[in-house]
Amino acid sequence: MLANIVIQFMNGLAGASSLFLVAAGLSIIFGVSRIVNFAHGSLYMLGVYLAYMLVEFFGRSSIFGFWGGVLMAALCVGLIGVVIEIVVLRRIYRAPELFQLLATFALVLVIKDAALYIWGAEDLVGPRAAGLRGAVEILGKRFPQYDLALIAIGPVVLGLLWLLMNRTRWGTLVRAATQDREMVGALGVNQSGLFTGVFFLGAFLAGLGGAVQLPREPAQLALDITVISDAFVVVVVGGMGSIGGAFLAALLIAQAKAFCIGIGDVSIFGTVFSFSKFTLVVEFVIMAVVLVVRPWGLLGKQQGTQRGTFMVEPPLYPLNRNFWLAVLAVVVLLGLVPFGGDGYLLVLLIDIAVFALFAVTLHFLMGPSGMVSFGHAAYFGLGCYGAALALLKLKLPMELALFAAPLAGGLGALVFGWFCVRLSGVYLAMLTLAFAQIAWSVIYQWDAFTGGSNGLVGLWPSEWLKDRTVFYAFALLLCIGGILFLWRVVHAPFGYALRAGRDSALRADAIGINVRRFQWFGFTLAGTFAGLAGGLFAFSKGSISPETLAVPRSVDGLVMVLLGGVQTLTGPVAGAAVFTWLQDSIARNTEYWRAILGLTILVIVLAFPQGIAGFTKQVATRIGVMRREAA
Amino acid sequence: MTVLSVSNLSKAFGGVKAVQDVAFSVAAGELLALIGPNGAGKSTCFNMLNGQLRPDSGIVNLLGRSLVGMKPRDIWRLGVGRTFQITATFNSMTVRENIQMALLSHHNALLSLWKSANEMYLDEAMVLLDRVGMADQSERPCGILAYGDIKRVELAIALANQPKLLLMDEPTAGMAPNERVNLMALTARLARQDNIAVLFTEHDMDVVFAQADRIIVLNRGRLIAEGSPMEVRANPEVQAVYLGSGVTYAGGH
Amino acid sequence: MDRRSWLKLSAAFGAAMFAMSGAQAQDTIKIGEMNSYKNFAAFLEPYKKGWELAVEQVNASGGLLGKKLEIVSRDDNGNPGDAVRMAEELVTREKVSFLIGTFPSHVGLAVASFAKEKKVLFIAAEPLTDKIVWDQGNKYTYRLRASTYMQTAMLVPEAAKLKKKRWAIVYPNYEYGQSATAAFKQLMKQAQPDVEFVIEQAPPLGKIEAGAVADAIAAAKPDAIFSSLFGPDLAKFVREGQTRDLFKGVQVFNLLAGEPEYLDPLKDEAPTGWWVTGYPWYAINTPEHKAFADAYQKRFKDYPRLGSIVGYATVQSAAAVIKKAGTLDTEKLVAAMKGLTHSTPLGNITYRPQDNQSTMGAYVGKIGLKDGKGVMTDWYYADGAKFLPSDADVAKMRPAD
Repeated sequence: MLANIVIQFMNGLAGASSLFLVAAGLSIIFGVSRIVNFAHGSLYMLGVYLAYMLVEFFGRSSIFGFWGGVLMAALCVGLIGVVIEIVVLRRIYRAPELFQLLATFALVLVIKDAALYIWGAEDLVGPRAAGLRGAVEILGKRFPQYDLALIAIGPVVLGLLWLLMNRTRWGTLVRAATQDREMVGALGVNQSGLFTGVFFLGAFLAGLGGAVQLPREPAQLALDITVISDAFVVVVVGGMGSIGGAFLAALLIAQAKAFCIGIGDVSIFGTVFSFSKFTLVVEFVIMAVVLVVRPWGLLGKQQGTQRGTFMVEPPLYPLNRNFWLAVLAVVVLLGLVPFGGDGYLLVLLIDIAVFALFAVTLHFLMGPSGMVSFGHAAYFGLGCYGAALALLKLKLPMELALFAAPLAGGLGALVFGWFCVRLSGVYLAMLTLAFAQIAWSVIYQWDAFTGGSNGLVGLWPSEWLKDRTVFYAFALLLCIGGILFLWRVVHAPFGYALRAGRDSALRADAIGINVRRFQWFGFTLAGTFAGLAGGLFAFSKGSISPETLAVPRSVDGLVMVLLGGVQTLTGPVAGAAVFTWLQDSIARNTEYWRAILGLTILVIVLAFPQGIAGFTKQVATRIGVMRREAA
Repeated sequence: MTVLSVSNLSKAFGGVKAVQDVAFSVAAGELLALIGPNGAGKSTCFNMLNGQLRPDSGIVNLLGRSLVGMKPRDIWRLGVGRTFQITATFNSMTVRENIQMALLSHHNALLSLWKSANEMYLDEAMVLLDRVGMADQSERPCGILAYGDIKRVELAIALANQPKLLLMDEPTAGMAPNERVNLMALTARLARQDNIAVLFTEHDMDVVFAQADRIIVLNRGRLIAEGSPMEVRANPEVQAVYLGSGVTYAGGH
Repeated sequence: MDRRSWLKLSAAFGAAMFAMSGAQAQDTIKIGEMNSYKNFAAFLEPYKKGWELAVEQVNASGGLLGKKLEIVSRDDNGNPGDAVRMAEELVTREKVSFLIGTFPSHVGLAVASFAKEKKVLFIAAEPLTDKIVWDQGNKYTYRLRASTYMQTAMLVPEAAKLKKKRWAIVYPNYEYGQSATAAFKQLMKQAQPDVEFVIEQAPPLGKIEAGAVADAIAAAKPDAIFSSLFGPDLAKFVREGQTRDLFKGVQVFNLLAGEPEYLDPLKDEAPTGWWVTGYPWYAINTPEHKAFADAYQKRFKDYPRLGSIVGYATVQSAAAVIKKAGTLDTEKLVAAMKGLTHSTPLGNITYRPQDNQSTMGAYVGKIGLKDGKGVMTDWYYADGAKFLPSDADVAKMRPAD
């Protein structure tokens, strides 16, 4: 028994090392540049692939060959990080908040296809580490020698990072920039040099984290996504920008996983509870608990407010006659489509309408309410399942079942939102992610009720809606109605109160606004309409699966909002339309469609840092179609 | 008529007594200045009045109603307007919308999901902006205003709920000298017109002696003097404090 | 906006609409194919080559009904929502005659539901879920590959022969793994009533903590292990288990592990002695298979994987049903699918009329090592027809058409 516990503890230690390396890199990059680097997992993946290639090259059977290959791989990834910083990110530091996330998302797509092109589709199982191929006897159990080395690597890197951060001028600057970026700029430090250096270090650590996993982790194309969410969780649990915190969090999460596996099945009051299944979501449960109890992570500090980094949003353009005319024109055009376009165009437009509504609800949070959500798909998905279960289990007619969608989405948002609005910034975003993952894992595993990983099928609309044109009109009506309603809300006192809380919580409080409560209501409202979008999605597809509330769906929403421009009301609609259309047309005709989609997004990001709608608005203002802001 | 009365107000931070046994009152239409050297406890004192800090002991009464333990937003609802040392306005809104925001909140109209906020309480907002001399800039985004103008907007926001008491923390900080006197003169005029009690902290002695009806002086958390500007100016203890801290209050900055 | 801008906008919109609706000529027979090419590239790249080869062969021998066969292929992004949209596109815009393909079970089920709703024939190539032909089966959906249940059932006779009492089970935590586990437990209890399942580990798909799982299993001291891991999870489990001596004296059964897609990456660490289902392409000497393998290697300069067979046989089924029906009318195609028999590289298969499942089997054997590579030894072909539940049981599970 004791031996088992000791061994699982050591498994936890070994698992923590690589996780810590990746997370430390992510944390350092975020701390200084405030960039949420989605591509960090891709850098890790490159680390594994490059290590595979370089270890073969240097000779897998010699100790030098192995460790040389690992180090070289990490260095290469560091250099790739430098290239990314110089070529892409440096151009958009001044863009609105989180816009850089869009660029790093595009990089994920590009890197994935590049890896497929270079290394092929087959999993590459790396060699065992030269000199550490076997196992040692510990309490009568055999434990891999290499895992002992890994256990040592984590603390060694932690120590080196500590020395770097505390004993060098560069480290001092990095720490200062983490505290207050503008101040360092004001001191006359070469900021771009500092950022490039930080990116090198962060990418190097990601690459090293991947490379040292080579003997334990086959190189394969899904690693990027697998690792990025783990790394984010570790960073947030530890406290953003805190390297020590990342170490502690990596340890905590790796140990939790090892012990869930070690405990296995436990019978509690007659029902068997499988801890091994719990590993699916344990890190997100830990994150949720930590964030609720300690809003800035285990060792994190409250972040200083940003000053002057981001553009101040211009005042809202009123919903005047011109606006309603434009809406009318769009509706008329969409109404003409069934007479001119083919059936598939209607299908595509239904998708666009549903995602536009979804994106508008997310924008409602990110824009006017100032709350970024990384888990917005939760409410979309709850809407899907609400409608589906009402139809299949309650045997409600489809029209009534559709009502369950906003209800389910809203209810989920009401519960999760209550916790989320207590936080702000990236921590809030990560708590939404944690809740989304928890909801996802419940739906994913509850076979009897939700159909588990297979989802639910047979969700087709009622007879009178079966005709594609009729359903098109029906879906369009609800989506456009929902979008217009939310836009009205933004222009209504409620929306103004949300913007007031975002602009200055201090002032809002001083004029009697309960900011948190408004945020909570706003969160719920957004969730309600996201649920409606989900319900329509379910009935337009005839089937749903846990994917409807998984991370990629949330990311798609973010991409749509950012692509369109977070500072413009119409941006999310434009973003949803462009992204859905791009994905549809590129995925259809090209083998490396991910890379092409990624490159297209990169071009858009670099060309229009205010998003598509922001850019259009600028042009429209310049040529005089729109009123110039009194500025 | 006494609007705000404070007695026995005390607060300590980890053994350091920031404010000790402070008592004073402000009458309607009166401008009371709270002065004192840096670290005297002005901000602590102020934040206990507006609800940011909870006093360890003491009484804070607004028209006979205790404010202790109330949240800032609830205190505002009782008729206490505030301006901040570092301005806080809604930068993504126009000047007019900033005022409308306060009016909407004052009229409990914030929960509406449908009406166009931009058109609500428009006339009232313009009246307020007119009173602070900002009507001509009403359509500009607040984020691009000059600092002095933002201060005026804040004043208009503070007036939106027809306050009985105005709490102004360093209202002229960061402004050019001639603007300072103008702003406080404006404040004094409005306060007397509407019979509002004003409590303000201030570093600039020109402003204080020109506009305050009465002055209270805080040093090391204790009230050391109270009276008309003339009396306070003549108070030897006050002179010692200010001389000791190296600031002459006769000549301003 | 002024009037000119409106006009321009309308013109642009019209043009876009025209561009988006492709024109089509019907001198070919079009079949729509969908798969998660980017999500499961390791399996689906050979799969694609497989169907490409089949299409070339069909057309080289004169096509079908006097027309050329054309496959319109789409990437469904591993996501049911996108898959249904792609299916709509293939049916309404490309005017394909029917649909084939799909890999993950939830995508397969979504397209099956679409097929039923829109009355389109759908031949599911790869999804292993039992539900697609049973609980959620429908008249329009047929499935080629041997299902989770069938492949599990193929291993059970070998497992029962060993008379091992204490079994550990490890499976990826989603429907495939869960079904395999459920089927294994049920069939083993029937075959060997005293069997005991001492531990179950269900790591998340693609995220196994292999060391911890191996140690946890070792701690339960099993006599044998039943695993349905595959891909990177399998590779990690094999390596950690070997380093930790988990497999010493413990017999392992592993679904799918003999498929070249999953066996070949293990190289010289292929776990010898494991009972697996798979595809020993290098040793199958039937004329059908030899012809296929030679053509494949000639065409692609690469050896076939199981995916190649699935892709190839799917198009063979499509071609056979068109030939049999003699028309592209959906109802006639669906009727022709019932009991459709044709030859494949693995031998003749029949689409069972009672549940639309094909009788394609799988190879059962033991992993051995040859020239530093994993191979299947002592293998035999298990005909799918023999590993299906009784017709009465099937009728109970499957809703009426």
